[in-house]
Amino acid sequence: MLKTYAYPRFDYVQSAEQRSGETHRHKVVIVGAGPIGLTAALDCAARGIPAVVLDDNDTVSVGSRAVCYAKRPLEIWDRLGCGDRMVAKGVSWNVGKVFFRDRLSYQFDLLPEADHKMPAMINLQQYYLEEYMIDALRGQKLVDLRWKHKVISLHQEADCAVLTVETPDGVFTMEAEWVVACDGANSGLRGMVGAEFTGQFFEDRFLIADVVMKAEYPTERWFWFDPPFHPHQSALLHRQADDVWRIDFQLGWEADAAEEKKPERIIPRVRAMLGDDRPFELEWASVYQFACRRIDNFRYGRVIFAGDAAHQVSPFGARGANTGVQDVDNLAWKLKLVLDGDAPLALLDTYHQERAFAADDNLLNSTRATDFITPKSAASRRYRDAVLELAEDNAFARPLVNSGRLSKPTPYVPSSLNTPDAENFAGRMAPGTNCDDAPVERGGAASWFLNAIGDGFTVLTFGAAPAREVAFGRIRARVLSVGDDLRDSKGVLAARYDGQRGTTYLIRPDQHVAARWRDFDAAKIERALARAVAA
Amino acid sequence: MLQTDPNITDPDGFYQELIDSQRGMTEDEATLMNCKLVLVLSNHVGDRDVLRAALRRAGGRLG
Repeated sequence: MLKTYAYPRFDYVQSAEQRSGETHRHKVVIVGAGPIGLTAALDCAARGIPAVVLDDNDTVSVGSRAVCYAKRPLEIWDRLGCGDRMVAKGVSWNVGKVFFRDRLSYQFDLLPEADHKMPAMINLQQYYLEEYMIDALRGQKLVDLRWKHKVISLHQEADCAVLTVETPDGVFTMEAEWVVACDGANSGLRGMVGAEFTGQFFEDRFLIADVVMKAEYPTERWFWFDPPFHPHQSALLHRQADDVWRIDFQLGWEADAAEEKKPERIIPRVRAMLGDDRPFELEWASVYQFACRRIDNFRYGRVIFAGDAAHQVSPFGARGANTGVQDVDNLAWKLKLVLDGDAPLALLDTYHQERAFAADDNLLNSTRATDFITPKSAASRRYRDAVLELAEDNAFARPLVNSGRLSKPTPYVPSSLNTPDAENFAGRMAPGTNCDDAPVERGGAASWFLNAIGDGFTVLTFGAAPAREVAFGRIRARVLSVGDDLRDSKGVLAARYDGQRGTTYLIRPDQHVAARWRDFDAAKIERALARAVAA
Repeated sequence: MLQTDPNITDPDGFYQELIDSQRGMTEDEATLMNCKLVLVLSNHVGDRDVLRAALRRAGGRLG
């Protein structure tokens, strides 16, 4: 098989604590150095939390695996300093085509909204994503990334978790005030704490293959239902970086995974799909079965679950990594405030409240796409086929076609951290919603709103700021004035936030709206700040 | 509100048209057409409450 990517090997280094045999207590131990664990490490560093990352391997993701990254995770990675590099290497697409049997059913253009720094999504192989985050962690004094460290058992004390870790030098013990479990869908830690992980298994198998070709195809997403080259199943073609194309074939439940993974089985399938004799090389392939399920509680004592360890979704709609990154975004600032004694433990329970709500929304979307793509009965297949046939000539049927919906953040509408609106606002920026970006000017230079709001709590006010900060205990919210600190030269910020003179927002460290008013009232802001930290 | 009182002008004529529209179709073709018909009419109705009442009225198993 061809190789467009050289997998780095990271050196195993025996830790001082293992060498000395003395047990150390760490603030945070992150288990798993996949996209979610690495994001957690970067966010801990950004928030000033010392963290140790343990990974049982010594390289990045083998194969492209997660491919599609949406705007909100890209904004989070931008906050953490590696979003630009991902966007530069990634491939963006807007046009999607849906084929049914031998015909184009319809095509769509995502027409991403203008005036956002980050694109609606990019396609990028997971190994690049992980490599860029590992690069960003180099020189980070707060994060200790340890390869070939496998957690083999865990038990909990009142104020810490005790981990037994195996390395090439044997077994040793670590203590952690908090463990962030990012060890994936087959999470070992989940079993160690006795968590339930329930939901729906889908009796279907999929082949995913990375194929290298110099294709003249446009950069579009092509999805086939029941194509002549792969009858009764679905197929997907996606472009990634470096002329690597990702192809997914639905195989059905009866398929033999070991057999289907063989190049002599895959190559004729790909050849039939491409329909001509253009040269291609197979780079990587895998066969998988998936489930839609989530953990019953995102926190078990001192162990907090994030990413696939907490929720597993179908791959349609690219919801796995995208939602996992948002878990971390939600968690890290809360962990920091609790570790520093600035917020009660109850703040960490809102991590479960908000992210379980988001996970359920994702699971619903994911299950719906799966039911459309792989109908579970003859009757539902007939409806599916009727929708696809109608879609060719009837605009009304096109919104019913579901080949996976683009992952969008779930607003934390029912969150106890929100201060409900007391006044009327137009637009999308209700409490619990992630802040929309907008072009702004700072110090005479073009910039972006999300880059202006910083790491802590922010008070955004349209017009002159009556104060420079609002404090609750030791938590300080910096005031950002539209007019003095930044200029809304295109008027997009005012339009998106329904900003009139005096309109004031309290924004959380994870760039979500906590509260908003029509005037700047320091006492109200302070109360909302207290509420936003569960005080 | 789902209309449940008689509402079709010339019911015999409509019924004949419905049956005739599937004349000569195989079972599969007729079933596919029925599905399309449900979708076309559902879109015409649009209102989710009315659609839900119709699903119930037709014997659908709703929670």
